[in-house]
Amino acid sequence: MAEASTRETYGKTLVELGRQNKDIVVLDADLSASTMTSFFAREFPDRFFDCGLEEQNMVGIAAGLAASGKTVFVSSFAIFVSCRCFDQLRLCLSQPELNVKIVATHGGITVGEDGASHHAIEDLALYCALPGFTVVVPADAIEAAEAVRVAARDYGPFYIRLSRPKTPIVYPEGYHFTLSKAVTMRQGMDATIIAVGIMVAKALEAADILARQGIDCRVINMHTLKPLDEAAVVKAASETGAIVVAEEHLAQGGLGSRVAQTTAREKPVPMEFVNLGDRYALSGKAEELLQRYGLTAGDIEESVKSAVKRK
Amino acid sequence: MPNHSEVSPESASPSNKFNLSTAKLTAMAKKLRRHVITMTATAGSGHPGGSLSAADIITALYFKVLRHNPENPQWSGRDRFILSKGHAAPILYAALAETGYFPVAELATLRKLDSRLQGHADRKFTPGVEMSAGSLGMGLSFAIGAALAARLDSKTYRTYVLLSDGECEEGQTWEAALSVAHFKLDNLTAIVDCNGMQLSGWTRDIMNLEPFTRKWQAFGWHTIDIDGHDFDQILSACQGAERVKGKPTVIVARTIKGKGVSFMENNAAFHGKAPTREEAERALKELE
Repeated sequence: MAEASTRETYGKTLVELGRQNKDIVVLDADLSASTMTSFFAREFPDRFFDCGLEEQNMVGIAAGLAASGKTVFVSSFAIFVSCRCFDQLRLCLSQPELNVKIVATHGGITVGEDGASHHAIEDLALYCALPGFTVVVPADAIEAAEAVRVAARDYGPFYIRLSRPKTPIVYPEGYHFTLSKAVTMRQGMDATIIAVGIMVAKALEAADILARQGIDCRVINMHTLKPLDEAAVVKAASETGAIVVAEEHLAQGGLGSRVAQTTAREKPVPMEFVNLGDRYALSGKAEELLQRYGLTAGDIEESVKSAVKRK
Repeated sequence: MPNHSEVSPESASPSNKFNLSTAKLTAMAKKLRRHVITMTATAGSGHPGGSLSAADIITALYFKVLRHNPENPQWSGRDRFILSKGHAAPILYAALAETGYFPVAELATLRKLDSRLQGHADRKFTPGVEMSAGSLGMGLSFAIGAALAARLDSKTYRTYVLLSDGECEEGQTWEAALSVAHFKLDNLTAIVDCNGMQLSGWTRDIMNLEPFTRKWQAFGWHTIDIDGHDFDQILSACQGAERVKGKPTVIVARTIKGKGVSFMENNAAFHGKAPTREEAERALKELE
């Protein structure tokens, strides 16, 4: 599969949006060269503010700008712009429902060598816990650009999680993204893999392997964790009778929890979960870590077989 | 045809329409203090101590300093007032009611279910409240956003933010203090209600902040030390702050927690405890 960087796409999309809308303001916390907000900073220096290593302050500044009519994009690494400033996200953005878009790069363990302190693996649980937030994890660079455009268009607080490494392209050019509308990437009737972010490409790979073994697997990209496309979950449960949820996140509070809450209420079916469990990861190359911590196509394949066996 | 000769409300910058004299400010502050006592006593909870220490500052701002329009709380040219010490909501609500943002009778609904007057100031519900507060140390950051927006849009409104000295124990206050100076926001005035106390006692015993004014100076601020219960000093400090260019100004206002009610003064017990009915009657008598 061809690969592209979601964060580079973000940086370019932000410039495109900045040209269209003079009320877009961008904040960063000394990481603009990595989050790629540096592109925007170069073209619109007056509308870019480097807040230094002050993530809590940065979220408050964003709230003040948004309350004054600005559409504010805030970027940093996912770990720093979730855990570090959670109280500020809650009081300054979630409670007043202000128009601030947190676009975090370096989500998950594919950050790699920097190690556990830099692996954002609880960010989805935190953001999904905040009323009013829309939470999106794009599957590739094409979807990332679309999600950022939608965030700029729609009012309200957003969290968009991007990755550090280049990731496989799973969509054709011209793909149209609809918020909270899950995308069926592949039809199938024996089981459904519901995946998000980098795990979508791995789910497609797993489905290919399973097809050769006679298991006909549906693959859904649940790019929007919140508000969740519950209808797609119920449909998958009803039609395929088994669900595997795959995400680059801890076991608790992410996509797995959200899908399970829906199936438990609407249509209980055997489920399996491919995630990091309840532990931190080590330093290492991204692919090594995905192997070590069970986030490969092979891990998804095994989980599908377990779920199908329990039908 | 639109009348182009009319001055648009966006560009108009009238002065404060109440413009009370010092004598009238004194009387109004007393009235607002009475509201604080009645509101918290009726609610059976709330924070009278820090509301009373800020009463004169809030009165001066709403009835003399701020350019604001209670009939149009969202008027884009309004000066922004941000209450960072969100527990002092009762004194802010009293000022908003007396200036006409909502009926004075509504003050009796403080903290009651479905009231617009939440326990801590909340911008979603109350006309005139700029920012939700309650978790301390966040107001100065929000004020930076408002002040930067004014600069971006070439607007002349001024941003005021009221902090407590206790909340300056929060690290975020100093993150914000650094960046206000870094961004050279001379369109922002911070006022610290230095009543010297916090929930469980004297600030100097719990987490010493002194030398307080010198800390702000070291962070790049112009500082003005005043008695926060003296209207002439409050007003001249606010005017002085507007004249300072290239750096922000903080007014360090020395105040007395519970000011105006003898048994509440310098008494940490009334930080977050409402007066009983008997205490409220005594307090109201003192505030006649």
